[in-house]
Amino acid sequence: MEPVLVPPAAATLAGIPARLLFLLIPLVGVGLFAWILRRRLEPLRRAAPDDRFNRWGERLAAVFRLWLAQARQPRYFLAGVLHIVVFFGFLILGARSLELVVLGFVEDFVLPGFGGGVGAAYRALKDIAAAAVFVAVGILAVRRLVFRPARYAVPARYGKDHTPEAIFVLGLIATLLLSEGLFEASLLAAERQLGREAHGLLPLTLPWAFVRLLSSAPREALQAIHLAAYAVHDLTFFFFLCFLPFGKHFHVVTSLFNVFFMRLDPGTVKPVRHGVDDEGLDRLESFGVKRFEDFTWKHMLDFYSCADCGRCSDRCPANRVGRPLSPRFISIKARDLCFRRYPVRGPIAAEPAPLIGGIYAEDEIWSCTTCGACEEECPLGIEYIDKMVDLRRGMVDDGLVPQSLQKPLAAIEKRGNPWGKMEKKRGDWALGVGGGCRVKRFERGEAAEALYFVDSITSYDDRMQKIAQAAARVFCAAGVDFGILGQDEKDSGHEVRRFGEEMLFQSLKEHNTEAIRATGARWIVTTDPHAYNALRKDYRDLPPVRHASEVILEALRAGRLALAPAADAVRTCVYHDPCYLGRHNRLYDPPRQVIDLLPGLRRVEMEGDCRDRSFCCGGGGLMLFYEPEEEMRMGVVRVKMAQAAGAELIVAACPFCLVNLEDAIKVAGLEGQLEAVDLCELVDRRLARADERSTANGQGGTA
Amino acid sequence: MNILVCVKRVPDTAENEIEVRPDGTDIRREDLVYSVNEWDNYAVEEAIQIAERTGGSVTVATVGDADAEEVVRREMAMGAQQGLMLTDAAFEGSDGRGIAEILKAAVARGAYDLVLCGAQADDGAGQVGGMLAALLDWPYASLVNHIEVLEGKKLRIGREIEGGNQERSEIDLPCVLSIQTGINEPRYVGIRGIRKVASVEIPVLGAADLGLDPSRVGRAACRVRKLDYFVPPAGAGAEILQGSPEEIAARLVDLLKAKGGLK
Repeated sequence: MEPVLVPPAAATLAGIPARLLFLLIPLVGVGLFAWILRRRLEPLRRAAPDDRFNRWGERLAAVFRLWLAQARQPRYFLAGVLHIVVFFGFLILGARSLELVVLGFVEDFVLPGFGGGVGAAYRALKDIAAAAVFVAVGILAVRRLVFRPARYAVPARYGKDHTPEAIFVLGLIATLLLSEGLFEASLLAAERQLGREAHGLLPLTLPWAFVRLLSSAPREALQAIHLAAYAVHDLTFFFFLCFLPFGKHFHVVTSLFNVFFMRLDPGTVKPVRHGVDDEGLDRLESFGVKRFEDFTWKHMLDFYSCADCGRCSDRCPANRVGRPLSPRFISIKARDLCFRRYPVRGPIAAEPAPLIGGIYAEDEIWSCTTCGACEEECPLGIEYIDKMVDLRRGMVDDGLVPQSLQKPLAAIEKRGNPWGKMEKKRGDWALGVGGGCRVKRFERGEAAEALYFVDSITSYDDRMQKIAQAAARVFCAAGVDFGILGQDEKDSGHEVRRFGEEMLFQSLKEHNTEAIRATGARWIVTTDPHAYNALRKDYRDLPPVRHASEVILEALRAGRLALAPAADAVRTCVYHDPCYLGRHNRLYDPPRQVIDLLPGLRRVEMEGDCRDRSFCCGGGGLMLFYEPEEEMRMGVVRVKMAQAAGAELIVAACPFCLVNLEDAIKVAGLEGQLEAVDLCELVDRRLARADERSTANGQGGTA
Repeated sequence: MNILVCVKRVPDTAENEIEVRPDGTDIRREDLVYSVNEWDNYAVEEAIQIAERTGGSVTVATVGDADAEEVVRREMAMGAQQGLMLTDAAFEGSDGRGIAEILKAAVARGAYDLVLCGAQADDGAGQVGGMLAALLDWPYASLVNHIEVLEGKKLRIGREIEGGNQERSEIDLPCVLSIQTGINEPRYVGIRGIRKVASVEIPVLGAADLGLDPSRVGRAACRVRKLDYFVPPAGAGAEILQGSPEEIAARLVDLLKAKGGLK
């Protein structure tokens, strides 16, 4: 039977068989795309190594969760749902587009396996998908043009607005949908006119609407529309394909790989150079990232993959308080630099491009607290902390360290703590514990089952010593056999490493590892999430490390801690997730469970800003010494969130959080309305040992 | 331009609790940590920046025992090309003039266009720079916080004077300048930098190498002798406020009001 309309593969244009043209378009399109990709891969080939061809199971699981299941998209609900529609639309319609391409030179081509019932089901599915994507594209365009969500704005210092590119791509997607619909509908309309309708259409789909529009169109017109729609689809498809690698839509190609190769272990820091162990560091010519080519290939892939969605910067506390850092533009600026240095046509830039003083500023890179909110949010698995650390390693290597950080670094080098206090006074806090609790000292040859790793701030800061003293009393009450290293302990080096001073970190690590192992302790407990993270993620071959909240929870559940009944009215509290306990170590629940077991407290949440969306207090360790440019303190933003949640008490489980939150309460003028307290102190106040404790630590026990 | 920077290893005042020994002969040194004198560190940074701009090299010299080598090495890690240890038992106990004599001999052995030293040392008297210039009979400017290299072997230098105002002067090379902190932002030196220069040979010169008459240096040649170290007795009129922080603050406000300091 003659076809109702001449199909593209059988048509002639000006006497030339159209199939030649329709064969040429994909050949040229694919050829160009391959050429562009080859050029785009060039910087990755010159990049630093990155050890990611491993842990296939975990990587496939990440692909399933983040890429296929789009797990992080609904965190921004409307944009996320729209993206999911477009994403699945692409997957579903991709098959149809491939089929169309081949139909240009193979008549009656059907994708293998797409005949019969499967074909009919697929046709219905792709029509639904096309309709859904069409609606989504419309809403996306309205959002971009009318509602203009703030996170898409491009501040003047970061260049031009990205809306035109977004709208152009939405236009390309709409063109693909419409031309596919018209191609099919023109044929169906012609068949219907002859009573030879091959199959029905679901109502409210694009072909359905077009068939109704074209029902009385003359056959010549339908023929023309059929071929024109085909040609438009074919050209748009390959134009779009080749356009992808020139902007934020490159993620359509790279996202699968980016998620597959993403960082699997939160809280860790990449080695200075993959393939070089700690002993080999001295032989490296240069440290860290100084030029674009010093980035690892995965970090370059990150730059290609950034979809410019702005979620990282929307959640970035540094960006929020007006520090000169926006993670989104860390990626976008590097991507633009990469495109300039490695153009698709023409010579590759030969000169090295220093990054600091080029696309990045020193203060920009020091502004990051490494809280991890950006990475937690990125739907594509782009990483920032390792890049910040690598850039800082480069700056440290070149001596570019702010004076405000040089003093504490020098003090850590000389005395093992950032204030330069005397080593022999490191354990002095233990003299003020009271409550019948004596702290054992490994340094004096005493033995204990557990080692309490106190770290610098809790050892030396007058206020934070109260955390150590409270923790010691609670451990004593719970029957934990523990001791401290005293002057044998040095700073854990957690921020030393994250501020780029790798060699100093290595020497601290070696010292502490030796001291800890010499104690013979079977496990380690710490009240400081930064120390917790360092000992767990940065150190090796240590006994198991636990945070105080886990130890206290276990003791409470086992009935080893007797609590006094609440004397006062019930107080409303919030728990503030420290970045290095929560996001970086996923310890969200034990501290909450401890609070919930304490009498006299009603716990509420800072909804939308808790757990993995916790808002950084301002940063710990060396960040306390850095003097950032900012409009407001992060801690002030945070205590206002606690106030808005109705809290009178903000419970932290980190000494640095406590420093920042207590300061912020004063700065925000919330004294008397809001109190910050460490979890250990909170538990200590509730212990059923009405002895001299309240005088020993100078607290009235009013919490 | 070839620059000599004189540096000194001092107890790090930011990282120590300084206590006087009961016998009054010195401060307690058991628990001290040492570093390069802060002013000297600015001087080295300035010398490196001048050499980077105009060419030439930077030499860092110190008068001290073997322990002092660590500060020379640290300053070499910063970017100074050469180090120089001026070490001799005969140098021990030298006063400021004695140190200047030793440095003068070191300057004479090289071809330096400029000598920089810190304006003072944490444990010093701020006198060596001026004495060194006098012994060399070179021009001298103190408390310099700005240096421009001009044509014709001249410098334009700046000094901060009262009220944050600046003074500009011209000075002929060779000369000696004492450097004030804040003239620049000294670069960071990490452990990695120090390890890179760990095996660089640093010449050690004694009195004989320098052609110095040992009788002109050392304790015996001192024209100023230290007699005693002590904590001054608390003067009358000082009052230590007691009580909780709130009580102290309230009492302080009352006192300030009573004495007219607060209206």
